[in-house]
Amino acid sequence: MKNVQNKKRADAGSLPFFLKSSFKVSFIIIFVSLILLFTTFSFDAVPPILNRGIQPATFPKGLLVLIIFLTLIVYFLSLKNPWKTEKILPNTFFKTLYSFILFIIIAKTLDFFLAISLLSLLVAYFWGETRIFYLFLVSIVFPCIVFVFFETILGLRFPSGIITNIYYN
Amino acid sequence: MENLYLMMVPLFSAKLMLVLIFGTLFGLILGVLPGLGPTTGGALILPFTMTLEPLSAIILLTSIYCAGTYGGAITAILINTPGTPAAAATCLDGYPLAQKGEAGRALGMATVSSTIGGIFSVIVLVFFAPLLAQLAYEFGQPEYFALAIFGLTMLASIGDGSPIKNLIAGSFGILISTIGKDFMTSIDRFTFGINELTEGIGFIPVVVGLFAISELLTQSTMLDQVFKRVALNAVKLPTISDYKLTWKTILRSSGIGSFIGVLPAEGGTVASLIGYSEAKRWSKNPDEFGKGSIEGIAGAEAANNAATGGAMVPTLALGIPGSATTAVILTGLIIHGVRPGPDLFREQPEFLYGIFGAMLISNILFFIFGFFGAKLFARITLVPNKILWPMIFALSVCGTYSLNQSIIDIWIMLFFGVVGFFMRRYGFSVVPVIIGLILGELVEGTLRQSLVIFDGNWLMFFTRPIALTFFILALIALAFPLMKRK
Repeated sequence: MKNVQNKKRADAGSLPFFLKSSFKVSFIIIFVSLILLFTTFSFDAVPPILNRGIQPATFPKGLLVLIIFLTLIVYFLSLKNPWKTEKILPNTFFKTLYSFILFIIIAKTLDFFLAISLLSLLVAYFWGETRIFYLFLVSIVFPCIVFVFFETILGLRFPSGIITNIYYN
Repeated sequence: MENLYLMMVPLFSAKLMLVLIFGTLFGLILGVLPGLGPTTGGALILPFTMTLEPLSAIILLTSIYCAGTYGGAITAILINTPGTPAAAATCLDGYPLAQKGEAGRALGMATVSSTIGGIFSVIVLVFFAPLLAQLAYEFGQPEYFALAIFGLTMLASIGDGSPIKNLIAGSFGILISTIGKDFMTSIDRFTFGINELTEGIGFIPVVVGLFAISELLTQSTMLDQVFKRVALNAVKLPTISDYKLTWKTILRSSGIGSFIGVLPAEGGTVASLIGYSEAKRWSKNPDEFGKGSIEGIAGAEAANNAATGGAMVPTLALGIPGSATTAVILTGLIIHGVRPGPDLFREQPEFLYGIFGAMLISNILFFIFGFFGAKLFARITLVPNKILWPMIFALSVCGTYSLNQSIIDIWIMLFFGVVGFFMRRYGFSVVPVIIGLILGELVEGTLRQSLVIFDGNWLMFFTRPIALTFFILALIALAFPLMKRK
């Protein structure tokens, strides 16, 4: 009796189906798969006279249908055995993610090396490192070592930017 | 006899020995650090191997694999956190034994059983890989297609995730392999007008993204985690009574680990769990398990290291990865222009036996380093994540960029890093994606070429005995995890 009451209470407090992880994840996978499936219809086709075996679009189409089918199974199974509730993502995760975006912007517009250096600094800082020496080590010393290593030993040429141009000139 | 000599080649070459020692030490460090491990570490070092010739490069990767698999035991025993997923079963008895003040004994048993398991598996590799390669001479395109399908269905049973989620992830990996120009007709697929995508998506950005960057994001959610360390004075070799108690377990787990390793896509994690549960089943003291049983440590550690040699069997003989780390090694072989398969055994025996010998020596080296340096390696876990992971990011970015000197590879790496993070968060393993990506070209290529041979008749696949056998095995592989759940 007590178990039934507990279950009822849990059901009453549970989220609507469209807010559950299993629905959201399945929806995203199926949505993306459908877009890709739609894209496959725009692939060029080999003329029948040259076609041996299957068309280039057939294999990806089959795969996408398989992914959609398997995702539907996963979703319907989740109705019987709900997925465990995930912990809310902490601020440090989002700060790290925003640092990635900043990295992309800086690497694309200003300088590749500067972007690495800044991301290393931000990640270390957001994760709780406040000592100047270690921040300096992580954001300046280590990227410099990596840069010089790749540049001299692997003969790599990094993309041009405000700092790399100074180095190369 | 000649093959034995070829196996000893690394011993007589200062350069190869240096690579081996570095690889073993680096592998140990990677194994000790939770979240890194030989797969991520192998992916990170892959671009650096381009400066080496193929044999040195593969020796570096295999020594990282062998030592990294063992290294996971050190953290499993001392801080109750497996350095690698393959060491998860070692925590069950390793940490309780360490808490009783016997950390040295636990590590000693882990070191000895890992070494025996590793050496046993290299012997299996030396004898079994050439046999499998010989068998593969009989394979045509339909057989390779069926084999690849079997390899992919084995993904259903890896890890502790849902089999169907693993299959979705594997299919996603194959889908990624279709991006770019179609190899038979040169027709663009999923390029969306981006020129850089016409050559397809490289392995390295995906591997580094899925393993290193997704782990970085995972670590960003676990900053409040506090490890309790058990003090370690010195590693102690097992006593005679320990050997008497565990020798059967070590041999049994070595056999189990090698066998599991040979199965496509399975690896040390599955091997150690089965090795551990079999050790418990056959033990005279099953009640001791979970409370610090020395047999439990021996069972798990012998099995996970035995899987290393086993997993190299299908990797080298057939080009089908036996585990996540061998998928990285396979990537290394491909980018160095080495095509695994039966021809490799006929044309480059010195290359293959050099790898076998290096794996054997690496197992002995990690025994020495582990025995004398475990205390030092355990201190590596004191490096805070807030220092370690920004450095790994810098390495990941430069390493990924270095292969093609293409900035788009970095965007791909970051994209797969985010995808990998959310996959792991919602119970999808990232390993099947890599295996799917590696096998994708083989699956599609052999399917389409088979259909050309069969004049478009799909039923012809079932008229070939070897292909039919693989299809039946694939069905069993699919059904087994579902039946196990019921």
